[in-house]
Formats: sequence, structure tokens, C-alpha cells
Amino acid sequence: MTTETKIVTKNLNLHYGEKHALKNISLDIPVNRVTALIGPSGCGKSTFLRSLNRMNDLIDNAKIDGSVLIDGTDIYHNGIDVVELRKKVGMIFQKSNPFPKSIYDNVAYGPRINGIHDKKILDEIVEQSLQRSALLDEVKDDLKKSGLALSGGQQQRLCIARALAVNPDVLLMDEPASALDPIATAKIEELIYELKENYTIVIVTHNMQQAARVSDYTAFFYIGSLIEYDETKKIFTTPKEKQTEDYITGRFG
Amino acid sequence: MKKKIIGWIFVFSTAAATLLIVSAIGFMLFEIIRGGWGKISWEFLTGAPAEGMTAGGIFPAIIGTVLLVLIMSVAAVPIGTITAIYLSEYANRNSIFTKLIRFAVNTLAGVPAIVFGLFGLGFFVQFVGGGIDKFISGDAQLHWGQPNILWASLTMALLTLPVVIVSVEESLRAVPRDLREGSLALGATKFQTIIKVVLPNAYTGILTGAILAVGRGAGEVAPILFTGVAYFLPHLPSSLSDQFMQLGYHLYVMSTQSTDVEATIGIQYATALVLLALTFLLNFSAVFLRYRLRAKAI
Repeated sequence: MTTETKIVTKNLNLHYGEKHALKNISLDIPVNRVTALIGPSGCGKSTFLRSLNRMNDLIDNAKIDGSVLIDGTDIYHNGIDVVELRKKVGMIFQKSNPFPKSIYDNVAYGPRINGIHDKKILDEIVEQSLQRSALLDEVKDDLKKSGLALSGGQQQRLCIARALAVNPDVLLMDEPASALDPIATAKIEELIYELKENYTIVIVTHNMQQAARVSDYTAFFYIGSLIEYDETKKIFTTPKEKQTEDYITGRFG
Repeated sequence: MKKKIIGWIFVFSTAAATLLIVSAIGFMLFEIIRGGWGKISWEFLTGAPAEGMTAGGIFPAIIGTVLLVLIMSVAAVPIGTITAIYLSEYANRNSIFTKLIRFAVNTLAGVPAIVFGLFGLGFFVQFVGGGIDKFISGDAQLHWGQPNILWASLTMALLTLPVVIVSVEESLRAVPRDLREGSLALGATKFQTIIKVVLPNAYTGILTGAILAVGRGAGEVAPILFTGVAYFLPHLPSSLSDQFMQLGYHLYVMSTQSTDVEATIGIQYATALVLLALTFLLNFSAVFLRYRLRAKAI
């Protein structure tokens, strides 16, 4: 790696009951770059993503060992405040999930739960977040409109704005464009490209072209193991592992 | 051909069964309206029973029923909702403790109403009420230690609690996981997520729970039999320690305890009609409220 690392996982293992879902994953994720996680369904890439903001804690029988360091701090250490962690590590879900509230209230949700109630400050955060998620121009005249009234692509950008409003360093994206049409997808990809200037982005995708287009680094997962991890252009042109090559050329998966 | 006939028989029997239910309800409504409509008047609705219940109105029973249902809801809906929140959001589904609570809720739902009445008498009236009296006046005077509208309402609340818990819990579970995760991923605590995302999305279910509880509570008589309902009371309850009249019990009294049952028949029909209308009105207003809230949410 030529750049600074933001997230380091060391021998990360995760079990769902009997199932060994992540096997000894050690991965360095660079700061202010886009890292794509690819692999066939059920390979553990989403599970890995969700272990970076401890969303797996919500699953009853998930057991994790090994370590995940973000800015050098082990997020699975006993004293860690999960709530604080999740403010720093935002997440965008596969299915856009705006709250059934107005656009404004959606974006203001995070700041409000952090105790910001000053109207002026909130207005500013909302505007800035919508600006950064490239949604402002489309919605600025009706911020009072329900978030659910937006199109699928707009909803996803609203969710990105909502995540940005709490000022995270890292954005985790779980197939953020898989339910969108090509135009909306292109907008999200453009946005990812712009966002990486200020954020460290980890994105799970099923779409090879998307991984090739948006990411700087790519990790290939297969049945819970990290098979190969390198710069994206190397993964897609000269993969070292046969399995990687087979997968990206569409021979299985 | 044979398959076709079986199909027709099936369609016919479902239609016949539906018709049976609809006509039973229709017949009941028709009978009650036919017998009671003529008796309904302003005086009937706003007057007290007179001449050994063979004349006069049912105002105290209407007000008593409404108050009973209101006090019951104030007790049952919050407690039921909080229990449902615990069961659906916090409790570990597989722990023995949770299973015990669930078993208790189900059992509570299956207990006959009259047993609730007896429990109310023993627990609320004698134990709690009697205890308060002893504490205040050193067992000289009976004030809380006798049947009243508060104990009747609380007994009724116990009966309707399982209804509230089950329907609220269902509506909490119906709140999509996506929304909860969306909130948690923004750094909201579990408590914030429940207050700001889960509950607002479960309003309709909480209201449904309240509706069902109210419907059940307005119709039951057995639980209040020993805990607060009065045979005859020309005035309205003015405090929680007063007794009260109730429509269902009033009907029972007129049809079985009156000195001249024949003379009360018209009033019985009219009382039944009012009881039906009241339940209907309560349900309808709750449904309306639900509709309004849902329209607002979208």
C-alpha cells in the first residue's frame, strides 16, 4: 500500500452458530480510497462489511474473534462505545431505507439524536449533506415532502445524505446500486467518486464493471475467505489467483 | 366433470357459510333496531332509570360504560405497550424468562372472565383497597375497600391486557428491520431507535390494540360484577371510589332481576341498541384516527 491505512483487520473470524462465515480475514483498507469487496453470494463480503461497524452485533448467534482496528483503535475492545463507532462509520444499505418522514427530518435524524436542535445549525447540516450527496438541486424546494415520495435513486442518495449528516470518516456501502436502474446507478457511482476525496469508502458489489469503475482496491472473497486483495486494475487485468480470474471473467459465481 | 362438481360444491358451501354469518348478524341487528328504535329518545339517553327500571332512561349506565372503558384503556394500553416493547425489542426470545412471560400472557387470555371478577374482588377491592383504608384510617372506615369504578376498570384492564400485548407486539415486529438498522447505523441508541423509529411506525398497531381492548371491555360484564358495578344508581360517579352503572349489567339486571320483566322489554331493546352503537362509535373513532395517522405517515 502506498497510502495510509484507515482500517486494519487482523485474523478476523466470524461464526454464525456452526457456520464459519469469515475465515481469518486480514485486510488493510486505505484512507480516502474506494475499496470494493466482490465475490459470489454467500461468500462473506456483506458479513465482513457489517463487522466494520459492528452491525453483526444485532445478530444473536454471531460470534466474532480477531481484531478490527480503525485509526489504530480496536473496535471490538471492551471499552468501545458502539454508538460512537457507528457515528464515525456510516452505512448505506442495499435497499434504500429512508424513514417515513420528510426529506428534512430524514437528514436531520442523525444530528438530532446527537442533541443538535438549533434550527439554523440543522438547516445548514441538511443543506450541506444534500449538497454533498448531489440531491439538493432536485429536492431543495420541497424538503417537507416525504422521503418515501422520492424515486429509488433519489431515496438512495437521501440515505447517503442522512449518513453524511453525522459526519463520518468511513462509509460502508452494501450493494448501494443493486436495486437501481442504469441512470440512477451512474449517479451513485459518480457520487462515490466525489465522496472518496473526504471519506474512506468500502463497497460491496455484485457488479464487476462497477467494482472496476469506482474502486481503487478490490478484495475477492470466496466461501468466507479472502482470496486476493490488490489494486483494482491489477485484480482485473493480472489476477494472481486462478479463482479470482475465473470469477471476474464470469466462469463461475 | 367430477372435479368441476367438487369445485362448485366448495364454492357453494363457502357462500352458504358466509351467508349464515351475515344473516345471523343481520337478524340480530334487525331485531334490536326494530325493538329498540322506538324507545330511543332524548329523555331516554339523558335520564336516569325510574319506577323500578320500567321507565326513565339509561344515562348513568352510558356514562358508567364510557368511564369504565376510558379508565381501563389508560391502564391497559400503556402497560400493554411497554410489555410488548420489552417482549419484541429487548427480551431474548429463547430465555426461560421470556417464555414464562409469554406463557403468562397466553394463560391470561384464556382465563374465564368471571375468574377475573373474583380476582379483582380479592386483590383490588380487599387487598389493595382494604390495605389503603387500613393505612389511612386504621380499619375503622371502608372507603377504598369496597367495589368502585377504579377497581372495576383495573380488573377489566387485566382482562384486556393480553389483547393489547399481542396486537402491539405484532405491529412492532412488522416494523421493517431496514428501518431499525438505518437508525442504529447512524449512531442511534436502541432506546432512541425504539422511540423515534419503531414506535411511530407501529402507531396503527397500538391503536388497533386499544380498539380491540375497548371493544372487549365495553361488552364484558363478569369482571365488574364484584368489583364496582351497581344494580341501580340514579347519580353519576363523581370520584374513582364511586360505584357506577354499566349498560351490559343494566341489561342483565332488567332481564333477570326486575320485579316486572315484561315492562322492561322495550327498554332492554333500546339499551342493547345503545350498547351496540356505543361500541361501534368507539371502534369507528379509533379506526378514523388510525386512518388519519396512516395518511399522515405517507
